[in-house]
Amino acid sequence: MSAPDRQQLQAAIFDAIGAIAPEVDPADIRPDQPLRQQVDLDSFDFLNVIIRLHEILGIDIPESDYGELLTLDRAVDYLLRRCGGSTAGK
Amino acid sequence: MIPEVISKQPAAGRYPPNLRDYAAACAQFSWADARAALSGLPDGGLNIAYEAVDRHAAGSRATHVALRWLGQDGTRHDYTYADLRDLSSRFANVLRGLGCGPGSRVFVLAGRIPELYVSVLGTLKSGGVSCTLFSAFGPEPIHTRLEIGAADVLVTTESLYRKKVAGLRERLPRLRQVLLVGDRDAETAVADTLDFRKMLAAASADFQVERTSPDDPALLHFTSGTTGKPKGAVHVHGAVVAHHVTGQLALDLHPEDVFWCTADPGWVTGMSYGIISPLTNGVTSIVDEGDFDAERWYSILRQEQVSVWYTAPTAVRMMMKGGTAAVRRHEFPALRFIASVGEPLNPQAVLWGIEAFGLPIHDNWWQTETGGIMIANYAAMAIKPGSMGRPLPGVEAAVVHQTAEGRIAVCRPGEEGELALRAGWPSMFRGYLGNGERYRKCFVDGWYLSGDLARQDDDGYVWFVGRADDVIKSSGHLIGPFEVESALTEHPAVAEAGVIGKPDPVQFETVKAFVALKQGHEPSEALRRELLGFARKRLGAAVAPKEIDFLPALPHTRSGKIMRRLLKARELGLPEGDTSTLEGTA
Repeated sequence: MSAPDRQQLQAAIFDAIGAIAPEVDPADIRPDQPLRQQVDLDSFDFLNVIIRLHEILGIDIPESDYGELLTLDRAVDYLLRRCGGSTAGK
Repeated sequence: MIPEVISKQPAAGRYPPNLRDYAAACAQFSWADARAALSGLPDGGLNIAYEAVDRHAAGSRATHVALRWLGQDGTRHDYTYADLRDLSSRFANVLRGLGCGPGSRVFVLAGRIPELYVSVLGTLKSGGVSCTLFSAFGPEPIHTRLEIGAADVLVTTESLYRKKVAGLRERLPRLRQVLLVGDRDAETAVADTLDFRKMLAAASADFQVERTSPDDPALLHFTSGTTGKPKGAVHVHGAVVAHHVTGQLALDLHPEDVFWCTADPGWVTGMSYGIISPLTNGVTSIVDEGDFDAERWYSILRQEQVSVWYTAPTAVRMMMKGGTAAVRRHEFPALRFIASVGEPLNPQAVLWGIEAFGLPIHDNWWQTETGGIMIANYAAMAIKPGSMGRPLPGVEAAVVHQTAEGRIAVCRPGEEGELALRAGWPSMFRGYLGNGERYRKCFVDGWYLSGDLARQDDDGYVWFVGRADDVIKSSGHLIGPFEVESALTEHPAVAEAGVIGKPDPVQFETVKAFVALKQGHEPSEALRRELLGFARKRLGAAVAPKEIDFLPALPHTRSGKIMRRLLKARELGLPEGDTSTLEGTA
């Protein structure tokens, strides 16, 4: 299977958020702004989003990398690197 | 192996502990002496903000950094005591200009931005009552609190206003003014609001602090009970005596400390110890706008050379999950004291502090109603991991039970009972707003009954056992099940809801809801998600349930109340206990 692209990774993030915060409309998310405040995730919710991402993508996100997930754009960049894809086409 | 006692080395070095000998400190302590350590207003009276800011700004500490603000985006801004005096005076003048005299209720709904601190201190200077709301509350908790608190003015940010407050304005006829802090530097232009920064800039930086008395109301903090709406606990300016001295005794604050309280001012810890106590003690206080992020926190501890750190068990347990190695990649030469409050700190977490930071974590205990730390583990006192410590000097705490005659009897060592405090300490709450009866019920025989069950050992150490009621302790905050149930039952498919605290290794308890549906509605994953989103939209992440289960019906008492205790026992697979009041039993 080829590495997921940006769109697939974004969809995975929306899927993970949707399980924790189903009221969120992905269209309302501003990709360059801090994500957690926008979609109202507390620390516990955020951990659960990470767990969901692990289930969906099969990658472990160590705690020291949580800062990489500050915004949607940064999270996609980070996951792309972790899943072995290229950042081309951004 | 967890040791039963962690002994301390005798005091040495630059910072000999403020409290060196517990028994001697208790014997010598008097609240009058503690009051004498403060300045008082020049013409008599006592004002929290004067003790926190103006008296330092008028003296040799004027140029000392009072607040070091760390923005989420990496910006950093220092505010000296003189800066804080000027800014808070400007805000006090803004309030006067809006016609807000002493006693006006000024609410703040914001993240940890500098304007929050300026608003709180300016309100206190003006003689107004300050109430900070957690920015993760959804519209319903915000509305309830603004309404019960009879807010005159609300300070919030443009984005929070648009998202959570604008839709409530019609239901808040008493709210006179809303001041918006722009999300960017540009001026805000939103109907029916004023621009905070513009008004602050136009106001004078000279203000004579209102001559408040120690008994004048200063702070309003909401807390949750088992039934009914949240309770607005009122605190007075005299509470500053306790804020100040507990900072010295329980947190061991020394003048040159860099102190970091990680709590949000939307909760009482973030007010008493995130704003007031470090400032009255003249130290430098770190304010981090960002959310919990272990790596970021380690960097802050290191870079800002934090010496005293006050945090919460949930954060400690999340850091533990990340492992000791992540901490040890950093060095913290300045760090010398760590304390924690919110829920009982498990023994493993106390010891993890030693493993990771080379320092044990000192648990302490207090509540919204107590206004300040009441029971603590001190820098120079041996720790019994798992115990909240011993009562502060000047605080009489006991584990008690009520006799058949309705009197209070102190339990024997080791016996479980309700944790109680002899009424009369300076930061004791003075009322629940508009609810005198509920307030009176908290006191029996001259004791304040905390609602926490505990036991005290032969050495006087207090151990938390549980709650005496159904209130949920989650991530250091109390959540009232009724508030959550009410929001869920607003959904057209929900017949009724019962909400419990489900034990959780990180949050202590998480909010779990059981829902019975109305006829014509069937349980489904789609409906479960809909209800979750419905509750989150109304309540916000801080209060909304994390889990929802469907049940065909909820257990009731014969008088019709939902038996949350039974829901909890079933959830945990525990014995159901006394079900004699259960509806349908003989």
